[in-house]
Amino acid sequence: MINNDTALMAHLLRRAGFGASRDELEQYLAMGYDGAVEALLNPSHPSNMPDDLIRRYHVEQSELRDLPGSAAYWMYRMISTSCPMEEKTALFWHGLFATGYAKLNQARSLLNQVEMFRRSGLGSFEDLLVDLSKDPAMIVWLDNNENHGDAINENYGRELLELFSMGIGNYSEDDIKECARAFTGWTLGNAEYMSIRAAKDSIWPYGRIAWHFDYREEDHDDGEKTFLGETGRFNGEDIIAIIVKQESTARFVATRLFQFFAADEINEAGEKTVQDMMATYFSSGYQVRDMLRTLFHSDYFKSEEARFARVKGPVEMVVGAIRMAGNYQNPALGIEKVSNTMLYMGQGLLQPPTVEGWHEGEEWIDSGALVERVNFVAKELSDVRSPGVRSIIDRLAASADQGVLDPADLADGCLDLLGPIEVSDETRSVLVEYASRQGDLDLSGHQPGDEAEQRVGNMLRLVAATREYQLA
Amino acid sequence: MTSNKREKSLIVIQLSGGNDYLNTVVPYSDGKYYDNRPVVNIPQDKVIPIDDRFGFNPSMGPVKSLWDEGKVAIINGIGYQNPNRSHFRSMDIWHTAEPDTIGKEGWLGRAIRDIDPQGDNVLTGINFGRGLPRALAVSGVSVASVGDLDTYGLFPDVQDEELRMFTLEAFSRMYGNTAGRDPVMELLGRTGQDALQGADILRTAPAMYSSSVEYGPGPLAQNVKSISQVFHANLGARVLYTSYGPFDTHSGELLSHAKLWDEVAGAIGSLMDDLKEHGTEDDASILVFSEFGRRIKDNGSGSDHGSGGVAFMIGGAVNGGMYGEYPSLAEAEQIEGDLRSNNDFRSVYTEILEDWLDLDAPSVVNGQFEKHGILKS
Repeated sequence: MINNDTALMAHLLRRAGFGASRDELEQYLAMGYDGAVEALLNPSHPSNMPDDLIRRYHVEQSELRDLPGSAAYWMYRMISTSCPMEEKTALFWHGLFATGYAKLNQARSLLNQVEMFRRSGLGSFEDLLVDLSKDPAMIVWLDNNENHGDAINENYGRELLELFSMGIGNYSEDDIKECARAFTGWTLGNAEYMSIRAAKDSIWPYGRIAWHFDYREEDHDDGEKTFLGETGRFNGEDIIAIIVKQESTARFVATRLFQFFAADEINEAGEKTVQDMMATYFSSGYQVRDMLRTLFHSDYFKSEEARFARVKGPVEMVVGAIRMAGNYQNPALGIEKVSNTMLYMGQGLLQPPTVEGWHEGEEWIDSGALVERVNFVAKELSDVRSPGVRSIIDRLAASADQGVLDPADLADGCLDLLGPIEVSDETRSVLVEYASRQGDLDLSGHQPGDEAEQRVGNMLRLVAATREYQLA
Repeated sequence: MTSNKREKSLIVIQLSGGNDYLNTVVPYSDGKYYDNRPVVNIPQDKVIPIDDRFGFNPSMGPVKSLWDEGKVAIINGIGYQNPNRSHFRSMDIWHTAEPDTIGKEGWLGRAIRDIDPQGDNVLTGINFGRGLPRALAVSGVSVASVGDLDTYGLFPDVQDEELRMFTLEAFSRMYGNTAGRDPVMELLGRTGQDALQGADILRTAPAMYSSSVEYGPGPLAQNVKSISQVFHANLGARVLYTSYGPFDTHSGELLSHAKLWDEVAGAIGSLMDDLKEHGTEDDASILVFSEFGRRIKDNGSGSDHGSGGVAFMIGGAVNGGMYGEYPSLAEAEQIEGDLRSNNDFRSVYTEILEDWLDLDAPSVVNGQFEKHGILKS
């Protein structure tokens, strides 16, 4: 019988992280649920693979010049971090404020944006929107460097309202124009030169030069503006202060957090939680951390219906399997291949398809992507040489009476240690039958890579290939 | 459509990275070419002449033979207004047929949806190579992506064949019985079954094919061989796609570009021989394209990203010849040092959709574009 505390903690770590090995799970269980929530929500001093080590192995990740190397660099961080929630939060905002390499040709600035998400992603939503509006990658992505006092470009103003805060239907076309006017003059340092470099797509003579923010007072339209019924000589910060006061913004942020950190679909019980998160949004002064605390402590989140209520995104899928298997804890060639695998599954880091980000949930699933998902995870988790798989084998051996597991023990043990994962009766009976093909498994005296261990690897492969494993 | 008439298929070969137009179809009688390309040029005596103005790159011998048979259409100056010199963005534009806004749906994904709206055949569209080019990606449209035809499918790394069969059988049972589950589990079940079915059918293709044509060992030739195997297995594949590169020849271009075209021309030559041997030359047309051409001036060793490129349509049903105008190299005609495209790529798409795949083009390419008359109707 699966222990409910363990199952709940595993659920929390799939949401506020990338899933957890049993060792990791036990560390969090020792803190208790409330302690674990606080530890996850207050990432401090994360340890992760250090840059100087990475640079010794990967020239491309030192220069951060191209897309594959830069995406792989973020992969290392997700795989090796001791604060998974920090990376999960960055991934969330990366999908919501989706900025893509395609238009930028500037991976370093994109990674700086990700770093900003780490820094500001759990703080006040108002501060986050200000940081976002000053983010050089975003400025170029949505053309705010072309938004001038005497000739506005609405692109950023429009998406700020439509995709990044209130959502369509809560403002007028005039509000968009006034919003755009308020952000005139918010541009890049040395914008003209950077634009020439970008047009030539030149890496000469100094490689990519990271952009920085610059406010040009002379290009800012300082006139009076009327935005959402309020009038004043608004600048960008004033507009954001008005945006964050709106009920529609509270609903937007709460909904998107809920869908990423709880469930793809919002049912009736979920709706109640969304409303609680909205109340926290206002009472806390727009604090994302507090909204998530409300979510993680809600009855809905702790209930069984919230478990496995999300389709794993490709990044979660790949990073989760690698962390479980304990691989890539040191730099290794091949990390770019792994990073590309996520792209084959439909989610390339740093390259969301459009400013709308990825379409999540069911849309992750098509036949090509499913083959990639199953094959990657099955391979990763069936390799008995991987440290995480070795640890699973040791735990199975220790759990067994005299080291012998019957087929049901083997299936249930693998389901437990990879999750615990809850599966349908049909799935479980296929797993048990698969295990019974070779009868009881004797793990006493098992040796690395021997036939007994390989049987565990085979079982893990099949568990990783279940429908249920596709869900988080 | 009568049943004894085979449905037409489109084969796409994407040259990724920006193929150098000037060194592919060389304007060898234009002094401005040699002025701008002091280093990275094809000397007059090396060019394979097409006429007294243009010639093929010396690596394109097999294409020249097909040209002589009237099976090659050279589509000059192809591109779109306001050129974008980012590989990614420009390729996206070609893939989505939307130069002005950031599009999400691939043009061939839409075509596949129009060919097979119910998704009855999981193999209507197939990519050979891993990952799905955006050209083929439309939400809800199943397209198989085949890395290696011989090992395609689930659990390719399981060496023990008996264990693999046993695992596949278990997979099939775990993904069966979808009715009455929640919608996501049902979708997963159906998709898993599609994947198995696609893999099962595809695995039969090599056995249903025999040919005296020997394809080269290179990656494109091998993918093109897989294309031929699947096409000739009559599995209803209508769009067969593959990519090759990198054509991003910033340095050492003369050497690398020659090697790249050896592979491309060789693969095309083998494929056309194969189609001829099977009497299917008129049933498949090949589109060859790249996201952009390269800068007119060389950089001393290679050439940088440019605009205005060349595409080819090749096949028995192609009216061979030159289409569109080769853009002028004169300085006044250039656009920021690049060839000025004078030929919208969506014209070619329109023609393929209407005259080859029998579909409504404007809804796929987002507008009306004049056709060249490349394909025999």
